[in-house]
Amino acid sequence: MRKFSFHPCGNYHESYKQELNIFETDFGRACLLIFLAVLFFVVPFVAGPYTMYILNTIGIAAIAAIGLNILIGYTGQISLGHGAFFGVGAYAAAILATRLDISFLIAIPAAGFITAGVGMIFGLPSGRLKGLYLTIATLAGQFIIEYVLIQWESLTKGTMGIVLPAPKILQWTISGDRAFFFLIFISLVLMTLIAVNIMRSKYGRAFIAIRDNDRAAEGMGIPIFKYKLLSFGISSFYAGFAGALWAYYMVSITTEPFNLGLSVEFIAMVIIGGMGNIPGAIFGATFITLLNELLRYLTVLLMNINFVINLGFNIAPLKEFVFGLAIVLFILIEPKGLAELWRIIRSSFKLWPFSY
Amino acid sequence: MDFFLQLLVNGVCVGLLYGISAMGFVMIFKSSSVLNFAHGELLALGAFFFLALITWAKLPIIVAFILTLVGCFILGFLIEKFFLRPLIGEKLIFVIMLTVGLAAMFKGFILLIWGGNLHTYPSFLSESLSLNLGAIHIAPVYTATMVISIIFLVIFGLFFKKSSQGIYMRSVADNQKAALSLGVHVRRVFALSWAIAALVASMSGIVLGVMNGVNVHDLSSIGLKVFPVVILGGLDSIGGAIIGGIIIGLLETFTGGYLSPSLRDVVPYIVLVFILLIKPYGLFGLVEIERV
Repeated sequence: MRKFSFHPCGNYHESYKQELNIFETDFGRACLLIFLAVLFFVVPFVAGPYTMYILNTIGIAAIAAIGLNILIGYTGQISLGHGAFFGVGAYAAAILATRLDISFLIAIPAAGFITAGVGMIFGLPSGRLKGLYLTIATLAGQFIIEYVLIQWESLTKGTMGIVLPAPKILQWTISGDRAFFFLIFISLVLMTLIAVNIMRSKYGRAFIAIRDNDRAAEGMGIPIFKYKLLSFGISSFYAGFAGALWAYYMVSITTEPFNLGLSVEFIAMVIIGGMGNIPGAIFGATFITLLNELLRYLTVLLMNINFVINLGFNIAPLKEFVFGLAIVLFILIEPKGLAELWRIIRSSFKLWPFSY
Repeated sequence: MDFFLQLLVNGVCVGLLYGISAMGFVMIFKSSSVLNFAHGELLALGAFFFLALITWAKLPIIVAFILTLVGCFILGFLIEKFFLRPLIGEKLIFVIMLTVGLAAMFKGFILLIWGGNLHTYPSFLSESLSLNLGAIHIAPVYTATMVISIIFLVIFGLFFKKSSQGIYMRSVADNQKAALSLGVHVRRVFALSWAIAALVASMSGIVLGVMNGVNVHDLSSIGLKVFPVVILGGLDSIGGAIIGGIIIGLLETFTGGYLSPSLRDVVPYIVLVFILLIKPYGLFGLVEIERV
C-alpha cells in the first residue's frame, strides 16, 4: 500500500526489506525528484558562468569522494593515494582520446577501469596488512604514480601535458560550462545511484562487516582479501572516472595537480561530509570546494588592501592554514560530519515541539 | 672508487639524519600508536624557531639551541593536550587525519610568517670539524651530524633503559592496560612522548637546516620520507629507525649517484612497497601474527 506520508517520528520498521529501502516515505522521494528537476531544468539556465564552474567542480569532486567513501567509510581501509588515482584516470582518458581517437563515451568508463586496475595493485598489500600499514602502502603508491606520470614521457608527455579534443556525441560537441554541467551531473546521479545500490547488496554488507570486525567477518565466511581488493577496485574506479571527466572539462592536463595535497583534500571531503554516508560525500565535496573558492576570494581581497601588504605577510598560505583548521575542528567537534548535522537539523524539525 | 667512498660517507650521514628524524616518530608510535603525519612540520617548526632566535633575537647559538629545544618540548606537550587527548579511543582514521590537518595548519603558519623561500643560518661550525680521510672529504656539517646523532642515541638509550619515566614509556608501549593497572600514569606518558618527540624533531630540523638550508617544503617532505625508514626498521624499534635510516640514506645517494637523480626521491617508496609485501614488520619490528 502506498501512502504519501511525511517522515515518521521514530523507527517503525517491521521487516528487513523496509530497513533496506532508500526512501522511507514517498515524501522523501518527491523531495529528491523536485531537487533534481530544479538542478537540471532551472539551475543551468539561471546561473552565471562562475557559479556553473563551481558546480561542475563540486560534481567532479563528489564522484571521487563517493568512491573514497566506499573505501574509507564502508570498508574501513584508508587510502592516501586517491589524488594519484584521480590523475591516472585523467591521463588514461587523455591518452585514449588523443592516441586512439576513442569517443568520450567509451574513454571515460575505460579510464575508470584502468584506474581500478592500478588501484588494485596498490591494494594488494591489504592481503597481509591492515589499518596503518595499508595507509603507508597507498602513500607510497601516491609518490610512485606521480613519478611515473612525470617520467614516462613517451606516453604522458611528461611536464608538457596533453590537450584533449572536445567530446562529441554524433554531431554535437560538448563544450562550455553548461554542456559540461549536464555531462557531469548526469554522471554524478548515475554514480550515486550505483553506489547506493552497491551498499544495499551482498557486497556492501560484506564491506560493512569487514569494517566493523574483520575477524568476525572472516569467521562468517566472507573472503576478506577478495572483498578488500574489490573495494579498492570500486573506489579507484570512481576516482578514475572523476579524473577522466576532469580531464575533459579542463581540456589540457599536466601532472601538477595530482599530488598528496589532492589526496588529503579527498579524505577531508569524506571526513567532513560524514564517513559511511553517500550523501555525506556530496556534502563534503561541496564544503571543501566552496571553502577553497572562498579562501581564494579572501586572499585576493586581502592582497588588495595596502595595510596588509605593508605588514609584509604573504596571505596565500592562509588557505592551507584554514584548510587544516577545518579538518581538525570537524574531527574534534563533529566527527560524523555534515551528514550528522543535517540529520540533527531534520530530526529536530521532525520531533518539534518535543525535541528532547 | 673515491666516488663510491664519497657516496658511502654521504649516504651514511644522510641516513643518520633520517634516522634521528624518524626517532621522534617512532617514539610517538611506540607509546600511543599514533601515526604522525605532522612530523615533517614539527621538524620545520624547530628549524624556523631556531632561525628566528638567532637572526631576529640575535641570541648566542647555544642559548638559541637550548631555547628551541625547550620551546618544542612545550609545544609537543600542548599538541598532545589539546588535539590528541580528546581522540583517545577513537577510530584510527580520525587520529591520522587529525595529524594531517595539523600538518596543514603548521605548514600554513610557517609559510605565513617566513614564506616559502630558502633561508640559511649564519655559519657557526668551525672548519676544524672537517675531516679528510685520504681523498674523501667530510664536511663539518656531516661531522657535527654524526656526533650529535650518536650523543642523542646514547642519551635515549640510557633514558629508556635506566630512568623511571623511560621505563613507564616502555611499559605503556608494551601493554597499556597492564601499565594502567600497575599505576603508570598513561596520560602523562602520552604527553611526555609527544613532548620528547617534538624535541627530537626540532633538533633534527636544526641539523637538517644547517646542512641544506631551511625550507618548509623540503623539511615537510622529509617528514614523509620517515615512513620508508620506519617501515624498513620496524615501526616500533628506535634502533631499527637508525639502521633503516642509514639503509634508506645509502640507497638514495647511490641511486642518485649511479642511476638517475630523479629516481632518487622515489626509490625509498618503491622499497617501501616491497617491504610491505614481503616483510611488513620490518627488520626489527614486533611481529604480531594476525592473518585476517
